[in-house]
Amino acid sequence: MLKNIPLSAAIGLIITGTYFLAAIFAGVIAPYGMAEAVGDVWEPSSAEHWLGTDQIGRDLLTRMIYGGQTTIFIATAATILSFTTGAVLGFIAAVSGGWIDQLMSRLVDLFMSIPSLILALVILSSIEATVLTLIVIMGLLDSTRVYRLARAVAVDISVMDYVEAARLRGEKLAWIIFREILPNALSPLVAEMGLRFIFMVLFISTLSFLGIGVQPPLADWGGIVKENKEGINFGIGAALYPAVAIATLAISVNLIADWILNRTTSLKGGRG
Amino acid sequence: MHPILRLVLQRLGLGLLLLLAASALIFGLTEILPGDAAQAILGQSATPESLANLREEMGLNRPAFTRYVEWLGGIVTGDMGTALTNKLPIGEQVARRMSSTLFLAFWAAIISVPLAILLGLIAVRYQNRWPDKLISGITLASISLPEFMIAYILVFFFAVKLFWAPSFASVSPGMPLLDQLHAISLPVAVLTLVVLAHMMRMTRAAILNVMQSAYIETAELKGLTTFTVIRKHAFPNAIAPIVNVVMINLAYLVVGVVVVEVVFAYPGMGQYLVDAVVKRDVPVVLACGVIFAAVYIILNIVADVVSILANPRLRHPK
Amino acid sequence: MTTPLLQVRGLKIGATVYPPGEKPHDIEIVHGVDFDLEAGKVLGLIGESGAGKSTIGLATMSYGRGGVELTGGTVKVNGRDVISASARDIRRLRGAEVTYVSQSAAASFNPAKRIMEQVIEAAVFQGKFSKSDAEQRARDLFAKLGLPDPNNIGNRYPHQVSGGQLQRCMTALALCPEPDLVVFDEPTTALDVTTQIDVLKAIKDAIRDTGVAALYITHDLAVVAQVSDHIMVLRMGEMVEYGTTDQIINAPKEEYTQALVSVRSITHEEKQPTEPVLRVENITARYKGTNFDVLHNVNVDLSPGQTLAVVGESGSGKSTLARVITGLLPPRDGTITFAGRTLTPDQPSRSLEDLRELQMIYQMADTAMNPRQTVGTIIGRPLEFYFGLKGAEKQNRIQELLDEIELGSGFQDRYPAELSGGQKQRVCIARALAAKPKLIICDEVTSALDPLVADGILKLLLNLQKIEDVAYLFITHDLATVRAIADSIAVMYQGRVQRYGTKSEVLTPPFDDYTDLLLSSVPEMKLGWLEDVIANRKMESAGN
Repeated sequence: MLKNIPLSAAIGLIITGTYFLAAIFAGVIAPYGMAEAVGDVWEPSSAEHWLGTDQIGRDLLTRMIYGGQTTIFIATAATILSFTTGAVLGFIAAVSGGWIDQLMSRLVDLFMSIPSLILALVILSSIEATVLTLIVIMGLLDSTRVYRLARAVAVDISVMDYVEAARLRGEKLAWIIFREILPNALSPLVAEMGLRFIFMVLFISTLSFLGIGVQPPLADWGGIVKENKEGINFGIGAALYPAVAIATLAISVNLIADWILNRTTSLKGGRG
Repeated sequence: MHPILRLVLQRLGLGLLLLLAASALIFGLTEILPGDAAQAILGQSATPESLANLREEMGLNRPAFTRYVEWLGGIVTGDMGTALTNKLPIGEQVARRMSSTLFLAFWAAIISVPLAILLGLIAVRYQNRWPDKLISGITLASISLPEFMIAYILVFFFAVKLFWAPSFASVSPGMPLLDQLHAISLPVAVLTLVVLAHMMRMTRAAILNVMQSAYIETAELKGLTTFTVIRKHAFPNAIAPIVNVVMINLAYLVVGVVVVEVVFAYPGMGQYLVDAVVKRDVPVVLACGVIFAAVYIILNIVADVVSILANPRLRHPK
Repeated sequence: MTTPLLQVRGLKIGATVYPPGEKPHDIEIVHGVDFDLEAGKVLGLIGESGAGKSTIGLATMSYGRGGVELTGGTVKVNGRDVISASARDIRRLRGAEVTYVSQSAAASFNPAKRIMEQVIEAAVFQGKFSKSDAEQRARDLFAKLGLPDPNNIGNRYPHQVSGGQLQRCMTALALCPEPDLVVFDEPTTALDVTTQIDVLKAIKDAIRDTGVAALYITHDLAVVAQVSDHIMVLRMGEMVEYGTTDQIINAPKEEYTQALVSVRSITHEEKQPTEPVLRVENITARYKGTNFDVLHNVNVDLSPGQTLAVVGESGSGKSTLARVITGLLPPRDGTITFAGRTLTPDQPSRSLEDLRELQMIYQMADTAMNPRQTVGTIIGRPLEFYFGLKGAEKQNRIQELLDEIELGSGFQDRYPAELSGGQKQRVCIARALAAKPKLIICDEVTSALDPLVADGILKLLLNLQKIEDVAYLFITHDLATVRAIADSIAVMYQGRVQRYGTKSEVLTPPFDDYTDLLLSSVPEMKLGWLEDVIANRKMESAGN
């Protein structure tokens, strides 16, 4: 499987892998303590502080590594929540059909008729923003999108002749879902998972930037921008580092998702 | 009744229903979650007695449905109640800020829509060649960044390094139009960039879809010039999907505007909403939330209606 | 000798392909083809899919679809090479000297414009006629092509006329600018058989009356035999044989042409009915959420080890009958008796025995197999599921089945995507056989295949019937197939069984009007057949 990996996907895998490793081992590789003031305000980059220091003299590289940990952790957890909820409900709707499908689909339509940022703002106006609540809110709001995709994919597959053939053979529901539908739904769902993950990174960063996401002293990429945004007006680019981090992470995940999707089409293509 | 009229009316009716359901959802979300306005005013340290008194005074003890109907009636008639924090009527604030936001969104739309369509056309014309690849590369980059990041990158280079535009968008009522435009040039640029990427991508897909149809081949095999093929055969069929794309992206502007206003300290609806969320001013959040949702839903309804109207099969039934 | 209208020499055509996950690369799809076409004559280009016939047709207009490029040789129209011509000269050629009729008129008409506007567009744009002259000419052509209300039909939008009518409008579109050459690219393939015959006749008459030359591209030799003066047989981008229609049909020289001509010449001795294995009684059915019946009081029997062909056009209810028998669509009324047992109406409540003994094969083998399972898994699952076979025993049985369908042992580990169309259908047959069924429902199992491949599948099915003593309920729209394999026939029309009996009974006159229309509409590989049929018809075709 890894033999024919195209260059773009390889780059994507390496960069994404690096970010995740840095997030997991943040405590080991970060040069200083997360909330430790180690220098002057907004020092330029130097041998001691590769990225310089932030608005209260903390090492920016350390903040970025810990910030990455928070951002990636929340985004990953929210993606997993969004996926399990959305995919399970989507499959159930597709396979059972009838009023269950109707009820769930109309409810999802309603949630999707309002932009998720607006809904998140409404909810966060009356609930405390903690890591847990953020994960739950983001995960559940986003599961509507996964639901739609999972349902659509499963409906497409379940009308295929090979699924009908399995039904006619007398196969049980479990065989049909796990042996006939799931293997064919996996690739588009995994590719979508990459896109949802990117969206989660952008979402949590936006919330933190607006001051209603991750709360200080915890660092996250959106929060680092918020903390250092005043520096921009003095020509200090500290707030721009998270931009680089988010963009490179998002693009590399995108490259992987594209590759997975292409692999699917080459299998389905049939006449290759 | 002409079937198309019936379809449009049906769609509008459904849209109205959706608006109602969305307002109930927004109202309901602030209801079922712990904490209410009384709690927010008095804070965590409030005694149960004072909480109970304030709830009685504010009418919070009445059934949720009654309060919802009153609240919705208020929103529709423009009486949106008063803010918890500064006791000012919300309606006046909304009216003033709404016009600021619309001003910003208007200019972003005026610039981004033609630009997106033009770039989409170029991408199709040079499909799989370098202009197309460049455009899709930029698209990928710009959808990989949150709006506020794009904003600060622009501020850093254009406001701080080059002094081309102000980094804060302060607009006052008496300002001449040109000065106002200069003040909002960066937020408009950010919003343009944000929606441009999506709009261009979708325009490209919509036009490609039309250009790959068999009837375009028929037109080419008639010996028509490329221009005639596009004008007479591609354009009439591409217009509906493009309008659809535009509407969906204008709806997307609604979200972008929230963040961009905060970055540039622009006194619009978005900033009002975010401020209210931070200060837990639920009545303001409710009013702003429902207005944003309504704009979003209405634009989507318009997109649907345009698709119905543009479909020749529906326009000329058998 | 005068210069021919069309002269093709050493024509080579290449294409860039973009296989997903691989680097794009160039392939050659036509490897040097030569032919001439005189003014006013019709040349039939015939071949299976991938023969390059459409590509050659479009090359006469200097047009390549997708990544197709004309890489070598010359194509001269009226003495001028169109491959090396300037863009401007090519534009003057298209729509003026050479015009095109595609397979799907429904897709080839712009849905947003009226028919008339599109029919006269090329003639006016190329300066051949004024707008009013072109419109008059279009109306004349509509009348000549047998379209109803020729004076006003042009005011309609494409979706407001039927498929057969639109195909004639497309012919009018091609003839309107008074071209020298028309390229017909499978113009009747998408139509029902009774509609095809009328369109074919209309096209033939229009060609004769206008004196235009034509390239007639099709995969159906019997069709092309009716309209062309000469025929060129193509295979995989190369010419196999060229000759007069008479010579190709009656005295083909090449082995491949002989195979094409003798296709569907399978003969099958009709068996007499015995105690039926399947008895369909008084079946009436409708789809959920609709308020009309798609099957009305259907009665048929099928004897063990025999074949009942259910034949009809699209919408006749023949596939619905299959869904009712399999229990996917419980009927509103009627009973089905299978192997002496009354089947429950809905599939989930049927016994494993009933499910096993009643198997099904689909039209599209592509979608009938899970793309993520190997051939071994696909054939092995019924063995495991119905008989509990495991390990070596299962492997041996899989091997036996692969031998029966004439595939080698290497196929076990292949995925469906690695098989050709014919091989896929064979695997589906093996999967059905694995259950040791008494009855297999075959739903248009050869319609998606090229004629020679389809022939192979039919021979295999007949052979297996002898060995396994299995009955077939064979659903098809193709009467040639029916003649080849059936013991008894049910002709279906608008949800009813129009005619039913043994093959010889059904195919022996006197006929009812619909059966007559249907039987007579099947193109025969015989010169002059078209004229004979049209002269002797009792009923107008439904597609009008």
